[in-house]
Amino acid sequence: MNSSTSTAIGNTQKPVSRTSTTTQWEFWGRVMVVPYLLIFFIFVVYPVGYGLWLARHPDSYERLFEDPIFYRTLANTLFFLVVGINIKMVIALVLSGFFVQKRWWISILSMIFILPWALPSIPTILSVRFMLNPEWGVINTKIFQLTGADGPNWLNDPFLALCLAITMHIWKSLPFWTLILVAARLSIPLEQYEAASVDGATNWQKFKFITWPSMKTIYLTSTILSMIWTLGDFNSVYLLTGGGPADMTHVLATLGIRYLRLDQVDLAMASIVVALPFVLPLVFFMMKRLSK
Amino acid sequence: MIGVPLLIWTLIPVYHLFLFSISTKDSATSGHLWPVHPTLQNFEFVLWQKHFYLNYFWIQMWNSLFIAVMVGFLTLFISTFAAFAISRLKVRGGRTVLNLALFTYFIPAAFLAVPMYKTMGQYGLLDNQWALILAMITIASPYSIWVLKQASDKLPLELDEAARMDGATPMQLFRLVYLPLMVPSLVAVGTYSLLLAWNEYLYAFLLLSKENSFTVGVALGNFLSADDSPWELLMTTGLIYALPPAAIYYTFKRYMVSGLTAGAVKS
Repeated sequence: MNSSTSTAIGNTQKPVSRTSTTTQWEFWGRVMVVPYLLIFFIFVVYPVGYGLWLARHPDSYERLFEDPIFYRTLANTLFFLVVGINIKMVIALVLSGFFVQKRWWISILSMIFILPWALPSIPTILSVRFMLNPEWGVINTKIFQLTGADGPNWLNDPFLALCLAITMHIWKSLPFWTLILVAARLSIPLEQYEAASVDGATNWQKFKFITWPSMKTIYLTSTILSMIWTLGDFNSVYLLTGGGPADMTHVLATLGIRYLRLDQVDLAMASIVVALPFVLPLVFFMMKRLSK
Repeated sequence: MIGVPLLIWTLIPVYHLFLFSISTKDSATSGHLWPVHPTLQNFEFVLWQKHFYLNYFWIQMWNSLFIAVMVGFLTLFISTFAAFAISRLKVRGGRTVLNLALFTYFIPAAFLAVPMYKTMGQYGLLDNQWALILAMITIASPYSIWVLKQASDKLPLELDEAARMDGATPMQLFRLVYLPLMVPSLVAVGTYSLLLAWNEYLYAFLLLSKENSFTVGVALGNFLSADDSPWELLMTTGLIYALPPAAIYYTFKRYMVSGLTAGAVKS
């Protein structure tokens, strides 16, 4: 143990006995962070380092850029993030205004509304996948019974399938972000709204001048965090479309795993490395925001 | 009214799951919104393992449970220690440890899965349930540390000073003062990691490859590989698999909502 710290601290406090307590506290402090540091080095640092090493050959990138699926995947990922996440966050913002109301039936509804977040993805997404089955899914069977016409072949149209995967993602993660924004709304002092009501402000004016100014930072942070996490959302796409039809609905998360399963791990890592210039700035922005 | 569409939107996939589970295959695939002859036969097939897809159903349920409980317990252990050391003992370098954890929290899960899979192979852990347990701890602990650190920063410093004055050792402070005060957050974090591990699909299907070491989630995914699987049994198994997390969530809802939203995004 370094004696310099303990004496430095010891000087400002009472001598001998205090010095030994400080050292003891520092000692236990170190011991207690060790388990996490072990996990971090063995299962984060080493794998990430090894992964980057696997992706060191320019050759991997050339092959990646020659793969037509890759460009489609990039476009899909961008569409998923830019369109999907923004739609989700706007809905969450609106819904948070609804759930923040204190009525008994709204609190019951909010308990049910949270369900998608707590349930595992695989049964619920497969359930939707079966609903959309063109031959025997309940949606197309109903369409046929009601109109006599065949329903659309939902998951066979790449764009429609991607939109449905985004819908699935929204279904799953909307409750979480709504809760976050409800918490943000609850921290706004009620007096501000009361004062605004006295002055005859409309609901829109209340939102514009009270709610939004105090929520916009958390809204922006949530949007960015959601974008980072959505890059890792494998389930919504894989379980609904499997990347199909003809590998047209992959996103980076599923493409990496696809290469991995084809035993092309260098391509898998290369596809991730390509995303880093986009992800890392967002991550550092988030770290600066959260570790203030 | 916004409530009714919201209710329908939320419940459709769940209701469809339920509908399948009480229908015969013919009825489930002919567009009925309520089966003509509701039946519990599917549950009998699943619970008594009467189909070759379901030979390991109870073992797989046990696997899911074992993995989830281990992840919940160990994550709690690791992250409570770390949060206590950073927030209360003010260990030197604590800030850095917290930043490392935050950084991990921001790595998209599917991105880490690729190198994690290769590394687990090197460690000789592939096919071993501990690979999944350790991977899930890696994913769950950063958020847990973050939430617990936020919560423990709110405890008054005078408590620690009083304990120090009385000559308490750090471990006594931890056991007698810190843990009792942190119970709500500990419940939130433990439940969060438990649910995360129970619900995980990607890591489970990458890291486990034997039918008798699968979690239920992986087994469900495997139904898909055949063209003419017993879909109604798949859906019934899925419903049963989805019940424990729902029950756990509702039991600990009080702790979870406040505990987790408080830490997720700092305003």
